[in-house]
Amino acid sequence: MAKRVGVEVSIAIAEAVKLAKAEVIPAYPITPQTHIVEHLSEVVANGELDAEFIPVESEHAAMSACCGSSAAGARTFTSSSSQGLSLMSEVLYIPPAMRLPIVNVVANRAMSAPISIWNDHQDIMVQRDIGWIQTFAENGQEAVDLTLHAFRVAEDRRVSLPIIVNIDGFTLSHVIEPIELPDQEDVDAYIPPFKPKYKLDPRKPITMGPVGIPEVYTEAKMLQDQVIKNSKKVILKAWKEFAEQFGREYNPVETYRTEDAEIMLVTMGSISETAMTAVDKMRDAGKSVGLVRIRLWRPFPGPEFRKAAGKAKVLAVIDRTLPPGALCGPVGAELRSLFYKIPGSPKIFSFVAGLGGRDVTVARFEEIVEKATGYAKKRPKELYEVIGVREK
Amino acid sequence: MQSNGLSEIKHLLRTHRLPHIWCPGCGNGIITQAFLRAVRRLDLDPDKICIVSGIGCSSRVVEYLDFDTVHTAHGRAIPFATGIKIARPELNVVVLAGDGDIAAIGGNHFIHGARRNIDITVIIFNNSNYGMTGGQYSPLTLFGEKATTAPYGMVEQPFDMCELARGAGATFVARSTTWHAKKLVDLIVQGVEHRGFSSIEVITGCHVNYGKRNCRETAVKMLQWQKEHSVPIERFHSMTEEERKKYFPVGIIHSETRPEYTEEYAKITRIKRDDR
Repeated sequence: MAKRVGVEVSIAIAEAVKLAKAEVIPAYPITPQTHIVEHLSEVVANGELDAEFIPVESEHAAMSACCGSSAAGARTFTSSSSQGLSLMSEVLYIPPAMRLPIVNVVANRAMSAPISIWNDHQDIMVQRDIGWIQTFAENGQEAVDLTLHAFRVAEDRRVSLPIIVNIDGFTLSHVIEPIELPDQEDVDAYIPPFKPKYKLDPRKPITMGPVGIPEVYTEAKMLQDQVIKNSKKVILKAWKEFAEQFGREYNPVETYRTEDAEIMLVTMGSISETAMTAVDKMRDAGKSVGLVRIRLWRPFPGPEFRKAAGKAKVLAVIDRTLPPGALCGPVGAELRSLFYKIPGSPKIFSFVAGLGGRDVTVARFEEIVEKATGYAKKRPKELYEVIGVREK
Repeated sequence: MQSNGLSEIKHLLRTHRLPHIWCPGCGNGIITQAFLRAVRRLDLDPDKICIVSGIGCSSRVVEYLDFDTVHTAHGRAIPFATGIKIARPELNVVVLAGDGDIAAIGGNHFIHGARRNIDITVIIFNNSNYGMTGGQYSPLTLFGEKATTAPYGMVEQPFDMCELARGAGATFVARSTTWHAKKLVDLIVQGVEHRGFSSIEVITGCHVNYGKRNCRETAVKMLQWQKEHSVPIERFHSMTEEERKKYFPVGIIHSETRPEYTEEYAKITRIKRDDR
């Protein structure tokens, strides 16, 4: 039987990668991802995991090596963060187009300058449109479970796409939580051996990623879009089977006390747990407030989100990135598109909070709800507002 | 004559930014001090100095020095410095960065800077590991030594940064250690005075992350190791092949004169201007 133990989330993720039997792990250290890859290098060196650990000279090399090993048919894992993820950027577009099912755990962190090692979602929002399936974990257990789920979904032949599992840097990566690490036989049953449809094999030579002339490029990109959209069915089925195998249920969009809620907060990642505490507090005070959490970010689960939040009068969407010069944060923009011109749809107010490690506290959520309530009566001048700005 | 006190260099530090973040016993302070003493000895105008660093423990130095300084992205100090030098050739542009920056993620920039022979001085704080992220091995970790990503010893061979610099075309190549603190000042003086790409590797101690895994768990042991394993380049030349394996040479490894990049570039723009 799987036991629940107190363990640092990064170590637990590394253990999940070990349970998933990753075969090649190219990685470069960057705060706050380091403990994940350090632990993996140790289990490989100890002979506990039969894998190649490649401590490459940069993240650019890390993602390039990932493409090579995945193309050769090896189960491939890496992990990065912030500037490191951005240094991978040139290569990140390649694996989804070449259908390489790499799993990448990103410990989300702010971008320079000014230099910040602390948590927000700028790093991943820069990579929003790279074509990877993207999920967001809310706590340590979920980080482990989404990592296992990622291997299962990515390598499914109907999907054959890379996946990024987002975990908040420090607030998840560096905390110790009670986490249930599943038994090996259960993981083996859940994640079958990797059998890619196409791989680099001298006996059956193929070419991957050649030139796409203007006559074919558009169609190639359209196919890629179709594949990631169709992957949702497999993602959902894999979560259903995860619940059967391990007893924990996951959905692309989760709700908390949204029954009859007039105002719903919308969050992604670990701030969702603080938001739940805030919702409880506001409910106790008689306010009609609920919470919607987005777990699956790409492909965006439109129908599921509409079902979860469509009855609200007001949505207060919290983005953890401030895109300078844009109309609002990426999550806010996505939801405004989703509900555009649908009769009776909620009013959407966009907020930016928790940049570069600034805590989003219960009081901040109360402030957001209060502001959204006011804006529902009197439209705000701006399309988004930054919350928790220092007065002095 | 140089005094041993801090008084002659204190005005070059942003003292309000102190204390620094480095661990007690870290060699970075020795290198910083040597650099500032070199600035004093050369009597450089502080307004004509620009310091560029990357990311890592040593790169934090730019926050403590009272010159124009830039804290860039990991590995990118040399390209930033190249841009600064070509825009303002009259400045003394100095890169202060670690082995992670210069030998790993920015290795490509190092060899191309050397090849161009652009007049910048690169001081490499070689602590043999990625200290800031917790002691992972770097391309300068010694063969067989341990790091968090090499728990049973390093199986890759390290770069010899001086040979790499020379091979890539650097026209001033030197090595020192934090044990040779006074000699280091002399080398930095010569490196900054040299017209061309100057590479100065300084072997420094990170007892907290590197030393403790390799039987050098104190700052003193790190310094002793440096003393015992280094020999002046002149003596190194007279050693047998077998003896050389036990030591690394310190001093000026290589020095030559070759056309400098910004000067050559200026000539071209002059020719083009005269053509008009």
